[in-house]
Amino acid sequence: MGDSVPSGSDRNDLQDSTGDALASLIACPVCDTLHRDSEVPDGAQARCHRCGTVLLAPRAGAMTQIVLLALTAAILMVAAIFFPFLDLQAGGQHREGSVIGAILAFSDGWMMPLSLAVGALVVLLPLTRLLAIVYTLAPMAFGWRPAPHAERAFRLAEGLRPWAMAEVFIVGVAVALVKIAGLATVTPGFAFWAFALLVLITALKDTFMCRLSVWKTLERRRAP
Amino acid sequence: MEDAGTAPGALTARAAGLVACTQCGRVHPLGTPQCRRCGSDLASRDDTSLQRVWAWLFAGMIAYVPANLSPMLLTSTFGRTRENTIIGGVFELFDHGSYGVALVIFLASVVVPIGKFIAIAYLALSVRSRGLARGHARQRLYEVVEFIGRWSMIDVFVVAILSALVQLDFIATVKPGVAAASFALSVAFTMLSAQAFDPRLIWDSYEVEET
Ligand SMILES: [Zn+2]
Ligand SMILES: [Zn+2]
Repeated sequence: MGDSVPSGSDRNDLQDSTGDALASLIACPVCDTLHRDSEVPDGAQARCHRCGTVLLAPRAGAMTQIVLLALTAAILMVAAIFFPFLDLQAGGQHREGSVIGAILAFSDGWMMPLSLAVGALVVLLPLTRLLAIVYTLAPMAFGWRPAPHAERAFRLAEGLRPWAMAEVFIVGVAVALVKIAGLATVTPGFAFWAFALLVLITALKDTFMCRLSVWKTLERRRAP
Repeated sequence: MEDAGTAPGALTARAAGLVACTQCGRVHPLGTPQCRRCGSDLASRDDTSLQRVWAWLFAGMIAYVPANLSPMLLTSTFGRTRENTIIGGVFELFDHGSYGVALVIFLASVVVPIGKFIAIAYLALSVRSRGLARGHARQRLYEVVEFIGRWSMIDVFVVAILSALVQLDFIATVKPGVAAASFALSVAFTMLSAQAFDPRLIWDSYEVEET
């Protein structure tokens, strides 16, 4: 990233006759400061001069890595839904709990909406977000033109970010294990490990993701 | 830059008569309705931002009241039913010697929600009255609020897991209480409140001083 634009300049300096000199500018999403959008080398970071927000942090091969990680996480999520999550034993009784079971825990009567919300926050929204990321970035990774409505898919993925709570759920599981400990013996099942792994993979993928780089690449590939 | 909260001589998109996309950083002539790069709706400043922040914040605070007064968890062991509020659950964990977990739940269900109410109200108020705290400090606060809000959902998930798992007829059964729903709503409303806040407003308050 070059420099922030000096305050002496006005819009006539910034905009030539074609009107698209604006494409060479980039504004900080947090504080609105203008910067000249020069190429940032892979592995380097460009920060906003005023507020310090990381504007661009491109990485070599990031697209491919993100697609592979997101795909792996999505597959693990599907596996985690159906396999037994926790196995409970107490006084000769035995019970297997799955993720679906936790979602349906609220399903009788007036608690139904909460059941839907837990299902959305823990499974549906994280899965939708992962698939939207694969849909947007897979063609980029192969060097193809963006898929139809890729922009909409990526906006959706970014919008879902705060609402995809798989990692909060896994901490909730840990707390629940401690609460049950005195009452029964609990053994984590296959789905528990799948879920924990997908949380780690999702976090790793998000550190590779540079939102502004993705948007710039989308725009470049979309251009004829 | 460290002290004033602004780089000397930096120009904002608004001051240049432009409108920037907060999703992708693309800059457009003022009046452009949608971003050419990503298709997001554009607004130089979101005029309704503060109104929505306050509306969601009050909704979140209202929902937080029944969340603390009514039971979160109904536990029946050997035919005896016990009701636990959020705070009751924390004390119970503490009594059992699970200090770490008690602390996690206390932070996620009490400290973070109340801290968020105060922080969001402070941010929204500080937009109007200048010179309260440096831009960097306020932005840091905003980032923390945005990051930490979702973690309050832990206790709701704990209740869901326990209710699903602990169904051992006579020995023990667990049912969710009313508070689970109102607490989940409170967290969601507060997250919406934080998302409605336009962080550019933090930095706008310095611009008047510069010129
Ligand atoms: Zn900035
Ligand atoms: Zn945009």
